[in-house]
Amino acid sequence: MDSAQTARWLRESSSAIADNKDYLTQLDAAIGDADHGSNMTRGFAAVEQKLDELDGGSPPGRILIAAGQTLVSTVGGASGPLWGTALRRAGRAMGDVEQVDDEGLIEALEAAVDGVVELGAAQPGDKTMVDALRPAVDALRAETPEGGLARGLAAATAAAEEGMQATVPMLARKGRASYLGERSIGHQDPGATSAALIIGALERALAGPA
Amino acid sequence: MSVAAQVVKKFINDPETVVPEALAGVAAAHPGLVRVDLENQLVLRAEAPVAGKVGLVSGGGSGHEPLHGGLVGLGMLDAACAGAVFTSPVPDQMAAATRAVDGGAGVLHIVKNYTGDVLNFRMAAELAEDEGLRVDSVVIDDDVAVQDSLYTAGRRGVGATVLAEKLAGARAEQGASLTDVAGVARRVNERARSFGVALTSCATPASGTPIFDLGSDEIEVGVGIHGEPGRRREKLGTAHEIVEMMLDPILEDLRPAAGASVLAFVNGLGGTPLLELYLLFNEVAQQLGARGVSIARSLVGNYITSLEMAGASITLLELDDELTALWDAPVKTAALRWGV
Repeated sequence: MDSAQTARWLRESSSAIADNKDYLTQLDAAIGDADHGSNMTRGFAAVEQKLDELDGGSPPGRILIAAGQTLVSTVGGASGPLWGTALRRAGRAMGDVEQVDDEGLIEALEAAVDGVVELGAAQPGDKTMVDALRPAVDALRAETPEGGLARGLAAATAAAEEGMQATVPMLARKGRASYLGERSIGHQDPGATSAALIIGALERALAGPA
Repeated sequence: MSVAAQVVKKFINDPETVVPEALAGVAAAHPGLVRVDLENQLVLRAEAPVAGKVGLVSGGGSGHEPLHGGLVGLGMLDAACAGAVFTSPVPDQMAAATRAVDGGAGVLHIVKNYTGDVLNFRMAAELAEDEGLRVDSVVIDDDVAVQDSLYTAGRRGVGATVLAEKLAGARAEQGASLTDVAGVARRVNERARSFGVALTSCATPASGTPIFDLGSDEIEVGVGIHGEPGRRREKLGTAHEIVEMMLDPILEDLRPAAGASVLAFVNGLGGTPLLELYLLFNEVAQQLGARGVSIARSLVGNYITSLEMAGASITLLELDDELTALWDAPVKTAALRWGV
């Protein structure tokens, strides 16, 4: 993944979230406080603005760190620190290389998920973004070495969507939905949904020419 | 069955600018009391930083007014950070507030226990500490409607937040150390319990429609302050029955000592008239009296709200001589004012 593809991932994520703003907000209204769509849209719009300001020479890791800082400063709620940490950890893991190889990308995404788990203390099955992210990264790790990155990313997108759908019957144990107890069951988690959108955006960003 | 949600009418110009426009209104209404940093969305005590005094910073999503901006002033907060409606502010705002109120004696962050608030305040404290400032944080989690277990994000911070800001603010005004001021806030949190009930939902300016649908004969029991549904839904009963339902879990958890005296706080969630809040307070007084708990101090009104939600919360704080004296100490803010 090079700088252009990194920027494309972030812009694709921004469009996917903006296109699904109302959907994310509806999901959040059922088990949260109806602001996930607008908060994430605001944050990623600020990331796009940041990308416009960055000069073309920034390596992928630097771009992700800047994007993470922007999310922390603009999203608020829990999603701001969590996504901010995810992108910063991924960026730091990449270092200053101009071209991140497949193994580097997988390690960076693993570092991102580890950062989210560390900060939010959510485990798989708690009905959070981790339920989409962890299986996605695991699928990428399992599929890429033999099938290549394109197939790895396709598997990651499928795993993220499956993980997102699997949150429906779960009882929320973290975040605002956990206050509902049993009543959180039967609703898809908005955080897992935006996470699946961002993984899908990565697949699209890396599908095209570098 | 849910029907098409009805749009809730609001006094707004543009949903995107509700918070900054309201903050500008605060600045215009209370120029001697506070100043407003519109860029960082902060309400600051006019004379901040007060040299030698511990600075008190709180904050959270907007929509809970007068919490926190209306509680800035002598004897209470030095700064309040306003987030978007129902959304925690960001670390940059909190760090700016911390810098602005540091009078050399350290800064206390009073944080309501919500995942977003806790994470953002933690990042802000790290930023401020990196700059050499001394910061302590107290997390308020007094809502007994939420089980504090591995299976939830922990109890929510609700009514006790107002009391902690008042009592810790009074201690700071006396010139106490950061450790001492934080200790008062922690003690308030340990000795206070709350429970909330909603008669209606509420609508954020961005969405415009109620967050949940509630039948005309139904109430949400165990609600927080973000329009989120509560623990369960029940048929509307009499005020007597509802107060009983709220006091039971509070007293069961607080377990006040025999002959204890409490501060009883009946808080409106934004859309319930004072007539009903005082009716509720009468119920609270009678039922506590019957259980041998005496009310030494009281607070009735809309202090920690959930936009236009109709409903109320009850908070009981078990008092001692020190906490009682701190409650009586002078306070001068937009929403609470006595002894000055």
